Amino acid sequence: MVGGLFIIITSQNYLKKVVGLAIFQTAVFVFFVSLAKVLDGTAPILTKMENAYSNPLPHVLILTAIVVGVATSALGLALVLQIYRNYETIEEKEIQSLELKSDK
Amino acid sequence: MFNIFLDDAAALVVVLPLLISAIIAFIPSKIWPWIISLVTLVLHLVLSLHLLKEISISGLIIYEFGNWEPPWGISFKIDGVNIGLQLLFSIFVLISTFYSRKIFLSEIDSRDSGKAYSLWLLAIGSLNGIILTNDIFNLFVFLEISALASISLIALGAGQNRKALLAAFNYLIIGAIGATFYVIGVGFAYAMTGTLNMNDLVIQLAQYSDGQLAIFAGMSFMLIGLMVKAAIFPVHIWLPPAYSYAPSAVSTLLAALATKTILYFFVRLLYEVFIIYPSYLSLFLDFVLYPLSLLAIFIGTLIAIYQDDIKKLLAFSSIAQIGYITLAFSLKDHSGITSGFIHIFNHALIKGGLFMAVGYFAILQKDRVTLTSLKGFGYKYPITSFALLICGLSLIGLPLTNGFISKLYLFQALYTNQMYFSIALVAISSALAVAYFWKIVEQMWFSEIKFKSEKEDAYIYLPIWIITVSVIVFGIYSSTIIEFSNLSADYLISGYQN
Repeated sequence: MVGGLFIIITSQNYLKKVVGLAIFQTAVFVFFVSLAKVLDGTAPILTKMENAYSNPLPHVLILTAIVVGVATSALGLALVLQIYRNYETIEEKEIQSLELKSDK
Repeated sequence: MFNIFLDDAAALVVVLPLLISAIIAFIPSKIWPWIISLVTLVLHLVLSLHLLKEISISGLIIYEFGNWEPPWGISFKIDGVNIGLQLLFSIFVLISTFYSRKIFLSEIDSRDSGKAYSLWLLAIGSLNGIILTNDIFNLFVFLEISALASISLIALGAGQNRKALLAAFNYLIIGAIGATFYVIGVGFAYAMTGTLNMNDLVIQLAQYSDGQLAIFAGMSFMLIGLMVKAAIFPVHIWLPPAYSYAPSAVSTLLAALATKTILYFFVRLLYEVFIIYPSYLSLFLDFVLYPLSLLAIFIGTLIAIYQDDIKKLLAFSSIAQIGYITLAFSLKDHSGITSGFIHIFNHALIKGGLFMAVGYFAILQKDRVTLTSLKGFGYKYPITSFALLICGLSLIGLPLTNGFISKLYLFQALYTNQMYFSIALVAISSALAVAYFWKIVEQMWFSEIKFKSEKEDAYIYLPIWIITVSVIVFGIYSSTIIEFSNLSADYLISGYQN
């Protein structure tokens, strides 16, 4: 979680920021799934034996969240591509210096 | 036949725009996407009015999706708190869609019209979902749909200025971090209570009356995530570039409604759910939200004074205005919440009107609107300029406009809470708002150059004037907005006492 956030904040490359975001989100997904585990639990399938089973709801929530995450990453990558086409670089510093020049 | 639709009105106001948005993306025509969107939003308004009628009879609607009873299924809740916002939302999106056509035509490739309106309706549907949902995880989904739709809309501004791409990218990264923080909070809350339904959450949380660290951590994560999304002061940095480089029609929609709906949910979470830990709530409100609001008001206004680009100026003034709203909400009593809701309504109208007028100027001169480029516009385009003037005066809070009502109630609320320091600060920043708005007026009416008036487009100035007239009408006959806000505050406070 922290690793992903660290990448987002420190890296100068927009592509790396998107990847950092994906790592950050995946970490949160894993956190959610870990919440669902019940000790000695099995998969929540009805059987004749009385079993403790893990909570399926967080998994379902995370399925939704994964879809959202994929959409976010896809849009982020599409934007990076467009930025590259317009600026011919995806390094934050270079783009900032380009913008400074064009403002003058 | 029609009754079937009315029974499901609560779901349809969200589902209808989302469904239509999926269809019109594939229509290659220039004009049909706009017409279909307009028809959809008229239906949307009819459904909202029907909901208002239902609410005035029953006072509460809980719509269960797929007939799964809450707390198991997802539910929408409509009550006194959100019905006013729902109506405002419905009316404003209709007006801004009417306004948007000419603006879109001149700012983006006309072949993309269908896709642009598809995203437009997607944003509208999901923002409406934020208003109605009663499920904290469902909120996250709507939050992300609306964020992704608005990011794509902002990126459409790249045809005008490539900086729009950078603005959209920053919004994406910061917004996604905010949303993910929110999800972490939801995870903590779910781990402790096993529920996601807001009403059930209150009941389940009550068993930890002494408070557990995990719950406080979860609450803090949720609040921080929402603060990022609502652009509350220190985490607002994505907002000014996003609003100023987006296509003008998009800035109108986002500035008027996007942050407002999230602020509304923020308040609902605070006063409906987290209120069961009064000590935590007052800690958050007094030592986090209250000082941050004051900083937002002051710094937002100061930065706005030094802006040359008008859309950026308006965006920074939005930061300050969000500060007024959160200041009102941080007061913890009926008068504070009422004045917060009044300002949500009024500011949506004012900022909407201002962004519409500036957006029209931008397409008239085919360039970004800066202070110097506005020279003599008061004579060149008198109709739109006059609307801009009225909305601007309302932003400052001049009597006879709805901005005055907001300020009046805010001062009253602050006075009853004996917060004299904040009264002084709000007064000073209102005076500073005169400074930045006067700069615009000076350029528009008091510059050396005189222009003959030119023809203006009725399709564009009509919606601008509808907003402007409502700004004046709600300034004189303010009872409607005040009643709705009172109702919202009543409902929130009554939950507090139970």
